[in-house]
Amino acid sequence: MIPFALLLLADPMGQHHHMMPGMTMPGMTMAPAKPAAPRKAAKRRVVKPVPKKARATVRACSAEHAAMGHCTPADGKPDAMPGMAGMPKEGAAPACSAEHAAMGHCQAKPETESMPQGMAMDHGTMDHGAMDHGAMDHGTMGHGAMPQQSVGSAPPPPAPTDRAADRFYDPAAMAAANRQMRMEHGGMRFSQILFNLAEVQVRDGRDGYRWDGEGWFGGDIHRLVVKTEGEGAFRDRIGAAEVQALYSRAIDPYWNLQVGVRQDVGGPARRTYAVVGVEGLAPYWFDVEGALFLSDKGELLARTEAWVDQRITQRAILQPRIEVNFAAQDIADQQIAAGVSNLELGLRLRYEIAREFAPYVGVHWERRYGPASGGGAALALGIRTWF
Amino acid sequence: MIDPKTAIRRRDLLAGGVGLTSLAALPALPAWAQGHGLSAHTGPRAELTGPDITLTIARQHMMIDGKPYHAIGINGSAPAPLIRLREGQRVRITVVNALDEESSIHWHGLLLPFQMDGVPGISFPGIPAGGRFTYEFPVVQAGTYWYHSHSGLQEQEGLYGPIVIDPAGADPIASDREHVVLLSDHSPLHPHAIFRRLKMQGGYFNYQKQTLAGLLTGKDQPLRERLDWGRMRMDPSDVSDVTGATYRYLVNGHGPADNWTGLFTPGERVRLRLVNASAMTNFNIRIPGLTLTVVQADGQDVRPVTVDELQIAVAETYDLIVTPTEDRAYTLVAETWDRSGMARGTLAPRMGMVAPVPALRPRPLATMKDMGMGDMEHGAMAGGCSPEHAAMGHCRPDAAPRMDHGQMSHKMRDFANAPGLPRTPVVQTVAPMPVDRTGEPPQGLADVGHRVLTYRDLMSAKVNPDTRTPSRALTIHLTGNMERYMWAFDGVKLNAVTAPIPFRLGERVRVTLVNDTMMAHPIHLHGHFFELVTGHGDHAPRKHTVNVAPGGTATFDLTADAEGDWAFHCHMLYHMHAGMMQVVTVRRDADKGAAV
Repeated sequence: MIPFALLLLADPMGQHHHMMPGMTMPGMTMAPAKPAAPRKAAKRRVVKPVPKKARATVRACSAEHAAMGHCTPADGKPDAMPGMAGMPKEGAAPACSAEHAAMGHCQAKPETESMPQGMAMDHGTMDHGAMDHGAMDHGTMGHGAMPQQSVGSAPPPPAPTDRAADRFYDPAAMAAANRQMRMEHGGMRFSQILFNLAEVQVRDGRDGYRWDGEGWFGGDIHRLVVKTEGEGAFRDRIGAAEVQALYSRAIDPYWNLQVGVRQDVGGPARRTYAVVGVEGLAPYWFDVEGALFLSDKGELLARTEAWVDQRITQRAILQPRIEVNFAAQDIADQQIAAGVSNLELGLRLRYEIAREFAPYVGVHWERRYGPASGGGAALALGIRTWF
Repeated sequence: MIDPKTAIRRRDLLAGGVGLTSLAALPALPAWAQGHGLSAHTGPRAELTGPDITLTIARQHMMIDGKPYHAIGINGSAPAPLIRLREGQRVRITVVNALDEESSIHWHGLLLPFQMDGVPGISFPGIPAGGRFTYEFPVVQAGTYWYHSHSGLQEQEGLYGPIVIDPAGADPIASDREHVVLLSDHSPLHPHAIFRRLKMQGGYFNYQKQTLAGLLTGKDQPLRERLDWGRMRMDPSDVSDVTGATYRYLVNGHGPADNWTGLFTPGERVRLRLVNASAMTNFNIRIPGLTLTVVQADGQDVRPVTVDELQIAVAETYDLIVTPTEDRAYTLVAETWDRSGMARGTLAPRMGMVAPVPALRPRPLATMKDMGMGDMEHGAMAGGCSPEHAAMGHCRPDAAPRMDHGQMSHKMRDFANAPGLPRTPVVQTVAPMPVDRTGEPPQGLADVGHRVLTYRDLMSAKVNPDTRTPSRALTIHLTGNMERYMWAFDGVKLNAVTAPIPFRLGERVRVTLVNDTMMAHPIHLHGHFFELVTGHGDHAPRKHTVNVAPGGTATFDLTADAEGDWAFHCHMLYHMHAGMMQVVTVRRDADKGAAV
């Protein structure tokens, strides 16, 4: 239960998956996410986009501008722009707006130094190279027309807590409509059932089956997840099967933290486990799952699983997949030895008749280690489906 | 009720063109219906006018290219009828909801009391199933606008229509004839089914992804770039979330094969009132053989700008003047910006004529600039450093720092680049170096080989009503997570928002929208026009919707002059539905007396 407590104590919202305690995932193909780069002592200020001034259009040339030599009024030759000719010399601009000062085009009066949030700029570290000056058309920049302006720094008003419409309509009706409106804009709940694997495995003399799927219900952040996976041979009882019920919480843009229980339903020793795991999308579009299982007999197991969808055409998709199971100790009645207990590799080519319905053909290879060592390859015929 | 002035005016507009039979049919076949296609299923649409209008919302079918689709319409018409008003009049519009669910109508771009704005939960309680609601407001502006449902996802089902408001005096935009061109997208799927699919798999509708087959035949990105993007878990082919894989693209409710046709007489100045009433689709508009003179944007007159192509984002309107001189047909091409489909119509001297329809051009792929990396990737820094600037010490042409790709991946979500932004799962990326992209052609139009409208080409025809310097600045981040299909302002979906975005009545605020995502977001503020800060001083273009380019910024000055509560949202319907919406409050200071 210790990893449980640790994970629950950690503030998940601020965490990246790779910072999570207790979640080492040996053998994973997942590219480790990079640790946040140490911030340089001299922080780079946000270089705010400086509005580039008018683009070259004859229409943009007002009489005042023409008089200032900033542009040439319409003369039927739209490209006849004087370029930099009318550009005031640095520091000599009669009208130096805040934006231009920030760009270093002119010397601003002192008050423009206190630029409001949003326009703040650190001249020292500003990267002028990135500003694309070359693309600016100084001919029509309208320096002269820009009023002497420096956006103020008035505080915003306090946010009201009432509804203006309550003065016109029944406040109870407005309150209900407001709740509904907010719920409909981001608060919806959905559900999905997805089987990544649902297949028959044809192998020499002992055909079997394999499934791996999950269903979920909930919103963007909080979800109830049910996972199931299992395998077996035909004319045999279920080899091994399990069901997990998990609470899942989005902890960053790509990753979900999942905690709950797992119940084995096949096999000789039906155990119950506490589960803690992560599921998400790793760089290079790898779908990754990793989990720790602590059984009611005190045994610790782990599993990691990853696959990637490589698009061959718009509808033909090749999916390499790996699953590895680990045990922290020998488990005699399950014929498991400490260490890697099994390794599965798969390569499946599916055709998406629809996104939701994709028959596939592939190869499945499995290796078991320890007392139950064995394994082999099989032809996999199945359907990847969700609804 | 037909306003006699309007009726006369309409006749004037059409007198040049259609011929005696059409003239006789005028009352039944208003301007925008005149141009309907040849399909028998696409009957004439009503034009509603006068001080009293009744709209009845009901389920119906819509025929597109000969196939029936489920739809929601008004007075038996989907898209909904044209509402034609006159500046200075008052209008009473009674909306009868014959659906078995709540509904509403929002008047997109109209300046009116907030309690008539039609957003359930913000401006009023909504119109219950079987109920009715009377909107009443003065018409204080002129131009091309539109209206649509703001309930659920009904807008996707056909509940939208155009509004044309004629100026009180003479129209400064001279034309011999006009056509409304209402663009939209329609699917056989129920909109909730579309949204659910996006939630299950963000790229569900994208059948233009990069493939191994493409790599081997030298298409799209080279391997190294694909690996870079793969490391970032970003799909550069993700331009439009919902595509031609499910959508039919419509001109005035007609599919490409229906071929909506607008008539002209050679030599006429024809005004096209473009409205993009799509749920999710930005369109690239061109008419091969004609130049397009933009004379109005979002209902506000602009100084004429002549281009060959323009992109109209969701919820925008543009009025164009075209002058076809030849006695032949011209194809109105409205290609979706991800190039997964096309809406098509025809301008012709007579019904039944067609012109060649160009093929779809190759789809754009997102670039590092669309990821908010500024100009870094393409070495544009070096190219962007002109000798003059180098001389001024602004840049060093030889010192364009090469981007270290290894460094790039974790810079994609560095909160030092957006202080104050919460570290929620909604924030998949934070643009490291967003640049103002209002001077660039919109996504996918940089290399089309002809003139393309940019926002900076737009200048208001009139001096702006408020030219004060803003008293404060406000930055709003457009954030999202394409894997989880979550969208939000400032990292918080509306369902989790605890406080609105407050404004003081009468204050002027400079608002900068920073697009931290790789998708374009047409951002719409209800009840106001704002002035885009694009260097045109007191002739800044005034808009109600601004499309913020991927990884870019857009800045506008807003005079908060309309007291009340207003919706503020991305007009990509499913982005809004996923949470990219907020409430904007405009209130008097407490010491300045009572409210409204």
